[in-house]
Amino acid sequence: MKFTLSWLKEHLETDASVDEIAETLTDLGLEVEGIENPMARLREFTIGKVLKAEKHPDADRLRVCQVATDQGEKQIICGAPNAREGITVVIAHPGVYVPGIDTTIGVGKIRGIESHGMMASERELELSDEHEGIIELPSGEVGDSFVEWLAANDPSKADPVIEIAITPNRQDALGVHGIARDLAARGIGVLKPLDIAPVPGAFPCPIGVNIDDGLKSGGAPHFTGRVIRGVKNGPSPQWLQDRLRAIGLRPISALVDITNFFTFDQNRPLHVFDADIVKGDLRIHRLEEDATIMALDDKEYTLSAGMMVISDDNAPESIAGIMGGAQSGVTAETVNVFLESAYWDPVTIARTGRELKITSDARYRFERGVDPAHTLPGLEAATQMVLDLCSGEASEVVSDGAPVETDRAYALDTNHVQSLVGMAIPADEQRRTLEALGFRMEGDMAHPPSWRHDVLGAADLVEEVARIASLTKLKAKPMPRPQAAVPKPVLTVSQRREQIARRTAAALGYNECVTYSFIDAKTAALFGNDGGELENPISTEMSHMRPALLPGLLQAAARNQARGFMDLALFEVGPAFHGAEPGEQHWLISGVLIGRTGPKDVHGASRPVTVFDVKADAEAVLASIGAPARVQILRGAREWWHPGRHGMICLGPKKVLGIFGELHPKVLREMDVKGPAMAFTIWPEEVPEPRSKTATRPALHLQDLQAVERDFAFVLDGDVAALDVVNAAAGADKGLIESVRVFDEFVGGSLGEGKKSLAITVRMQPSEQTLTEAEIEAVGTKIVEKVVKATGGVLRG
Amino acid sequence: MDDLRQKYLDAISGAGDEAALEDLRVQAVGKKGEISLKMRELGKMTPEERQVAGPALNALKDEINSALSAKKAALEDAALDARLKDEWLDVTLPGRDRPRGTIHPVSQVTEEVTAIFADMGFSVAEGPQIESDWHNFDALNIPDHHPARGEMDTFYMARAEGDNRPPHVLRTHTSPVQIRSMELAGAPLRVICPGRVYRADYDQTHTPMFHQVEGLAVDTDISMANLKWVLEEFVKAFFEVDGVELRFRASHFPFTEPSAEVDIRCSWEGGQLKIGEGDDWLEILGSGMVHPKVLEAGGIDPEVYQGFAFGMGIDRIAMLKYGIPDLRAFFDSDLRWLRHYGFSALDVPTLHGGLSR
Repeated sequence: MKFTLSWLKEHLETDASVDEIAETLTDLGLEVEGIENPMARLREFTIGKVLKAEKHPDADRLRVCQVATDQGEKQIICGAPNAREGITVVIAHPGVYVPGIDTTIGVGKIRGIESHGMMASERELELSDEHEGIIELPSGEVGDSFVEWLAANDPSKADPVIEIAITPNRQDALGVHGIARDLAARGIGVLKPLDIAPVPGAFPCPIGVNIDDGLKSGGAPHFTGRVIRGVKNGPSPQWLQDRLRAIGLRPISALVDITNFFTFDQNRPLHVFDADIVKGDLRIHRLEEDATIMALDDKEYTLSAGMMVISDDNAPESIAGIMGGAQSGVTAETVNVFLESAYWDPVTIARTGRELKITSDARYRFERGVDPAHTLPGLEAATQMVLDLCSGEASEVVSDGAPVETDRAYALDTNHVQSLVGMAIPADEQRRTLEALGFRMEGDMAHPPSWRHDVLGAADLVEEVARIASLTKLKAKPMPRPQAAVPKPVLTVSQRREQIARRTAAALGYNECVTYSFIDAKTAALFGNDGGELENPISTEMSHMRPALLPGLLQAAARNQARGFMDLALFEVGPAFHGAEPGEQHWLISGVLIGRTGPKDVHGASRPVTVFDVKADAEAVLASIGAPARVQILRGAREWWHPGRHGMICLGPKKVLGIFGELHPKVLREMDVKGPAMAFTIWPEEVPEPRSKTATRPALHLQDLQAVERDFAFVLDGDVAALDVVNAAAGADKGLIESVRVFDEFVGGSLGEGKKSLAITVRMQPSEQTLTEAEIEAVGTKIVEKVVKATGGVLRG
Repeated sequence: MDDLRQKYLDAISGAGDEAALEDLRVQAVGKKGEISLKMRELGKMTPEERQVAGPALNALKDEINSALSAKKAALEDAALDARLKDEWLDVTLPGRDRPRGTIHPVSQVTEEVTAIFADMGFSVAEGPQIESDWHNFDALNIPDHHPARGEMDTFYMARAEGDNRPPHVLRTHTSPVQIRSMELAGAPLRVICPGRVYRADYDQTHTPMFHQVEGLAVDTDISMANLKWVLEEFVKAFFEVDGVELRFRASHFPFTEPSAEVDIRCSWEGGQLKIGEGDDWLEILGSGMVHPKVLEAGGIDPEVYQGFAFGMGIDRIAMLKYGIPDLRAFFDSDLRWLRHYGFSALDVPTLHGGLSR
């Protein structure tokens, strides 16, 4: 919402400066987004008089002028054709910034002659596009400030333009009058009442209006209008054109400019029909069937059945409350007009406007709600202006429906206001504030004015009182902790796990990514596609909720590979979605590892990453969040994993804590990732919560007796799992065997097709007495028996 | 005997290696060595002769033995020196690569924010990101057709055929977690709710997903003046400055009343933001006193309880604090960006150790 200072002063008696007004508006909740202030921009320009102007000896078009200025007589070279002796001009001394040419004036030499300043044109001062010659002022004394001269003689050009942001609740501030009311309530000046007298009708209105029955209690509660005949629709007067131009509107004709003026002056949108084109009466109704209309923006819209329009006997002539039709719009030749002032239901206007995607000043206001009590007064005020500016003769008013009832009241609890805001605002000041804003006080009951649709409860009264009192003045007040002593930890187990898992992954060398929660349909399909789909995605790349974190990480990997980064360790901690209902989301930790362990190096340490890298990483992350050490490794994960190179880390077949492995080459190909790619995913919520609630560790029992290590090698079928061998060996004597570790695997060769050899080290820790050779031998035999029985292998000779 | 002594001392001193030294030892003091043989001859001497020759021979033997071991040590040292000289390495070669992981700024800043508010007694609440229309809008006093709905650029979830409920949305703010927290915990209550939020907007300064943190405090006597204090303390702690000036500007949010936008005093010099000084104001968050209807929607009696709520952008305050220029890059996962703006795994922000280093 834009307006000028002089426009504001039509509604507000005030001596406040622009800066003071702007600061106050922002503080009141009408945030100033910008001020265009010619007064500030042109402050340094002064008035001078050309005493002598002679042709430059070396340039036909230049004149060497002697100019009287506030700094004495100056020599200025000027190229303007009208630079001549005796004229009063606008001077920029050296050092002054000239906005129209974005230059700071300096002392210069033009073709050998010094020039000490500049005489400006209107364009150079951004006052207009005029650049035929320099400004010749009809009055003004040498040394006077130019802006003061402007303010006195051509005020519209010196008028600051203020732009404010309007929050959705402040419909009333969409008119200059409403803005003035807020300022007056704060004490910045006195609100000038609108002086509206009914215009008597000279003849009955030849056009009748009817609102369809169903609409009076719905979309179109109140419609007023009248014919004005014999108007002359020429250009509007300069003051009106200046105002509209200042706020960015193009003056069109007196009638159109008047409707725009009331839209911004009193938040009262109007419409004018050419009465000679309207056939029969006007009917406000919902369309029985689809129709098209050419609107005032010269675009054709298809209106669907059920939309609210204003029709004459021919066709819809206006998209009610949103935009008029071109057919019955006014032109320079228009003589007889029908002036409309109506109140439209905000919801209906919002819905229709959204469906038609029309943005207009009328829609913007009606959908936020204009003052329903101002429908008829608005019509009267506009009629008077039409008569004043276009002459003509007004008919009687026709109308249908009635202003919607807005009277309601809420109790003002002045103590509650103070306790809620935490500021001492005297009770009588609170009342005075509400009254200044147009509320009617009846005891403690506050009746909101008809223009404040947003005030719907006692809480809204608090807001009004507080913002007028000024929140800037609010003094901070300490809020004690809920308990006075050392604060207790606040994170839940899963929140702590999330942090620890994240920092563990980073410590393992992974870079944390935050990727979008939505991915494209094709990728979603590759990963099971069960996360739900968006109705209105912003692009096809972001249409489906991610069912896993791996898609986003692989896309990130592909982007990095395209930039030439081939060795990648990326991870993410975040939500994935297994449905489109609230709550159908789960936390995941996923990592991808691609390329080599590092750049090739002098130590020869760099090697391609393998499944066992991600296995170790997954185990480390799981351990960090308290997962048990004893787990099962199962196969059979979803189709995006390499079928033979992955493992599910499980507590039982249905309790999957994590998966590690190589990703399926097909998935990588589809996603343009150069593989192979290793990955892991962890479901932290599946990890059981710690059972022990105490910080005490179990006692440490250290054995003084010497531990014994023995190695065994077995020849096995190629598909026997190492973990089975380890578990079988460990089971030979649970009390004695401390650990079993695989230290060698050898496949094929002399062993023959489909065979492998696996070597393990078994560490035995006696607790009573040192083991004898015979005892060790006995355990060894048992280990071999167990492994042979469990795996069908043989001890390697 | 002097000749003998001189002969061996010279030979020992001239021995080139341990083997030569061993030969000399055998020759001199071995079982059949020259000195040993001479000592055997002591038995044949008169007691008087023996009294002179005995100690002299013993002294000679000791002297030769110490010369031998001194020479042995010297030879060992020389051998070690030679070996160490051979073991010279070009230590300007790079060390073995260690992978260096990083924490994303959004995670880091979320932890910073959590550390500060936890100290003021706020716990952390979470909620679903696919949210019901009711929790995201209605419960927050944004009824259907409220202009605020249109301004939020909401993402809607597709509905199955025949599902006539209002479509679920991707939460447009973290405010629905207020409702869920109140439903769950009742009053009194202090929570912050950090997390992802979504709006259909993509340009220089907007991404369709970003992060917010919501704050909510409900009790019988909490006022807007308390809100101002909490935010002042937060801003001071977060930006690590001693003093800061906050400006509350009246504004409007459907779920708070009164509502205020909060600006902090700052200066921009050469593109460098300084918090707490200067003549500029930087808008950092929206806040207000919880609307009675919102308390009611959360199952809390607005006649008894009142409270404040605020919401701010985590990505935004991360950009401000750490001088990160482009929001879109947060979600691009460019390795160069992750390494440059990321944080070390062990940089855990704490109030006692400092939030940043």
